Amino acid sequence: MSELVYRPASELVALIAKKEVSSVEVTKAFFDRSEKLNPVTNSYLHLNRELALAAANSADEALSRGEVSSPLHGVPIAVKDNLTTTDAPTTSGSKILEGWVPQYDATVVTKLRQGAMPILGKTNLDEFAMGSSTEYSAFGPSKNPWDLDRIPGGSGGGSSSAVSGFLAPVAIGSDTGGSIRFPAAVTGSVGAKPTYGAVSRYGLIALASSLDQIGPVANNVLDTALLQDVISGHDPMDSTSLPNSLGSMAQAVRQADPKGLRVGVVKQLSSDGFQPGVKELFDDTIAKLVAEGVEVVEVDCPSFEYAVAAYYLILPAEASSNLAKFDSVRFGLRVTPEGNPTIERVMAATREAGFGPEVKRRIILGTYALSSGYYDAYYGSAQKVRTLIQQDLNRAFEKVDVLLTPTAPTTAFKIGEKVNDPLAMYLNDIATIPANLAGIPGMSVPNGLAREDGLPSGVQILAPQMQDALMYRVGAIIEKLYLAQWGSPLLTKAPKLEAK
Amino acid sequence: MAKDNLLSYEAALEQFEVVIGLEVHVELNTKTKMFCGCANEFGSEPNTNVCPVCLGLPGSLPAVNKKAVESSMAIGLALGCKIAPTGRFARKNYFYPDLSKNFQTSQYDEPIAYDGEITIELDSGESFVVQIERAHMEEDAGKLTHVGGATGRIQGAEYSLVDYNRAGVPLVEIVTRPVFGAGDKAPELAAAYVRAIRDIVKSMDVSDAKMERGNVRCDANVSLRKKGAEKLGTRTETKNVNSLRSIENAVRYEIQRQAYILSQGGTITQETRHWHEDRGYTSAGRPKSDADDYRYFPEPDLVPVQPDIAWIESIRSALPENPAARRKRLQSAWGFSELEFRDVVNSDLLDQVEATVAAGASPQAARKWWTGELARVANASEIEISALQITPEQVAAIQKLIDAGDLTDRMAREVVAGVLAGEGEPAAVIEKRGLKVVTDEGALIAAIDEALAKQPDVLEKIREGKVQAAGAVIGAVMQAMKGQADAARVRELILERANS
Repeated sequence: MSELVYRPASELVALIAKKEVSSVEVTKAFFDRSEKLNPVTNSYLHLNRELALAAANSADEALSRGEVSSPLHGVPIAVKDNLTTTDAPTTSGSKILEGWVPQYDATVVTKLRQGAMPILGKTNLDEFAMGSSTEYSAFGPSKNPWDLDRIPGGSGGGSSSAVSGFLAPVAIGSDTGGSIRFPAAVTGSVGAKPTYGAVSRYGLIALASSLDQIGPVANNVLDTALLQDVISGHDPMDSTSLPNSLGSMAQAVRQADPKGLRVGVVKQLSSDGFQPGVKELFDDTIAKLVAEGVEVVEVDCPSFEYAVAAYYLILPAEASSNLAKFDSVRFGLRVTPEGNPTIERVMAATREAGFGPEVKRRIILGTYALSSGYYDAYYGSAQKVRTLIQQDLNRAFEKVDVLLTPTAPTTAFKIGEKVNDPLAMYLNDIATIPANLAGIPGMSVPNGLAREDGLPSGVQILAPQMQDALMYRVGAIIEKLYLAQWGSPLLTKAPKLEAK
Repeated sequence: MAKDNLLSYEAALEQFEVVIGLEVHVELNTKTKMFCGCANEFGSEPNTNVCPVCLGLPGSLPAVNKKAVESSMAIGLALGCKIAPTGRFARKNYFYPDLSKNFQTSQYDEPIAYDGEITIELDSGESFVVQIERAHMEEDAGKLTHVGGATGRIQGAEYSLVDYNRAGVPLVEIVTRPVFGAGDKAPELAAAYVRAIRDIVKSMDVSDAKMERGNVRCDANVSLRKKGAEKLGTRTETKNVNSLRSIENAVRYEIQRQAYILSQGGTITQETRHWHEDRGYTSAGRPKSDADDYRYFPEPDLVPVQPDIAWIESIRSALPENPAARRKRLQSAWGFSELEFRDVVNSDLLDQVEATVAAGASPQAARKWWTGELARVANASEIEISALQITPEQVAAIQKLIDAGDLTDRMAREVVAGVLAGEGEPAAVIEKRGLKVVTDEGALIAAIDEALAKQPDVLEKIREGKVQAAGAVIGAVMQAMKGQADAARVRELILERANS
């Protein structure tokens, strides 16, 4: 059954439940492919065949006792390497954590284990999730299965390339400013950032606490929804986690009816700065919805103009504090300098050797932004912009149910193209950042291949806080319209990966 | 050895006005730590009460201890503070190896309690109102032990050991506004203030309040200004003052040290200073300026504490009587002398005496038991008097038997010993040990006759007015009766005989 790896997770779970195939067989199929192709895509930093097969075996045994632990029981999964796992190293893409095996599992990892989802391995990311391409990973960039010379998006490029390259059926990502949605858009896959607090952050190595959110990555909307249903829910270990359930996303997907839907197009995210082919695809998506009778209006979000600037103050500020704990005292790398190794010198030498350039850049930026005398001008102003963006969105959501934007300004760029131009890199997130600043859910769904380069593009759906189900419903509507046009998922058009 | 020149205390006060400000840290006695479920326990093996949260491991998140919030509010209310409708946590960022996250989770511009005041009465009866600026919640750091090196300080140590058991223990920091006008009473006021805080938190049972264990710690700010001057002088902050006597001595020392410098035309360096109790001087710590930059910002991992009125009022209504007011009430009710009352207070026996009186003993008798025999027994067995296995009710019951003439003082002490030895209630001990006052006068008279026969000159001496001569006969009679006689009655009988 070599085609197993191309099946959606929703089919795999049904096959496993009917015992037409075992979880062990499915897991083996993904390992066989991953062991062959990971050297090509560099999706995984760590693969763990024995442990995953043991978990798959337990999943099969549970099924034979009639126990179904989750909507994805038996389906294997890849986990971004900034979630702690007790049975695998957790690096967050940094040398400073190389070799560290956490003493505890992230809440989401616990939910995957309890949901009988074997963990295939840990996926690559930009160091501490800082980046849009995985080029800032201390362990080399991941490759985009559509074009191996191009980036798979970031920071969650390991998960997006694993899923779009069929090295995993589904994966876990984390999204601070677009790290799930941008990789999804440039790899032709689906990724969702749930409402802030919908999924516990306990065990997610923090980048910016007020912006970080764990979410699902998959090849289609239903699989994404099923995975969000597995990982979401209140967690007493995370004070910012929502007290109430947001309902079943999978159920919302199954009600993909466009009737009565009102969609907003953000004025500030529909004109300048987008690659023409990306813009054309977005206009096409809107046209398709209009043809279905969906009401589309333009909405004004004037504060979006300042979103990237505000984001690059708030994020580094929180990150500079979150990353202070990497000091060599209790875990991870320790570099002892020559001469008189005082604690200050050991900390400095460790951080100098352990952190990459982008991490250092953001720590310095954040430290500066929080400094007394600059706090009000930088961090304080950025927080005000954040409030204004929330107000823009509140006003918009009075008029429409969801907002649509292109997920990213361009298709996947070439590895090396922007790595030395941080500002250009930061602008990739122009459309995704507002959702993190406002805490609202956002997802990216593929909407075709750009005319210029034949590479995938995505449309982003933004919904009001806690209306993740509505977001999934719209995602399913758009996916259905395109499937009708394409006849099969976009990823079936991707070039076949070959071992090198 | 102190290197500082000091101006005499009298001369210092003649020239300068003393301004003090006090920061008192109260360690709460909650079962668990401030932000995790680890035990809040003194004296455990190093690094046994630790978890990913208090070790600051990557990915871990804090969750607020509700009991600690309640205790903090109770302290605020007891000090007449207002409770903030929104209390926000903030991060205080600085690197130190005892601080596991390299930031302390504290409160900054939105403390839980603010704007209170407390009246402090000195021994002289003079009273001062001390304004409380704020009381805020924060977590303690770990404990460092510097090994090697001459000073036991981090400088020059060969290596340092870190015990994170204390990391994350809940603290409430109470900060006064500057206190003016105490004049030569400033040192005494400082100590009396800390004692008042200690008594209050102890009476509320929110802290073990043992200064020697660091449950209550004080940083004393001292500054001087020329008499009549408007502008406040430069202050120093003396740390490490962990007894009431140290506080008084350290403040006095700083007054004299600063006065000397200022009188010589010098300037005071704003710095922290360390108090050395053994040799009675302060030494310079690190320079501390207002430019000290902790880069405070709101803790994004915690939602604000927003107590509703009902919660606040339920805590307020459960507050115990103010310890100072209670002392006043009891002293007047019991009619003790100043000296007697202070003895009870200083021995920390108010509760026991009050309960013993409530159980029916006279105040004087209750006081004598607790400050006399019971204190002696506790002292001899080197345990806290509160750990003695005897209740105030039992003490009162024994006293009643004395009052009724059923026990002599000596027998009563034996009953106490029996109770302490676990032989049961006083009645059971009396029964078991056969302790019964001999009231058969015939037996007493026979014993007196026998004793007088051996000391024939006694009666003559008594008749001559040397009444104390009876003592020798009383002793002999008591010995013959094995102590089970009422010595007062024996004395009466001997005097009757002499005068008949």
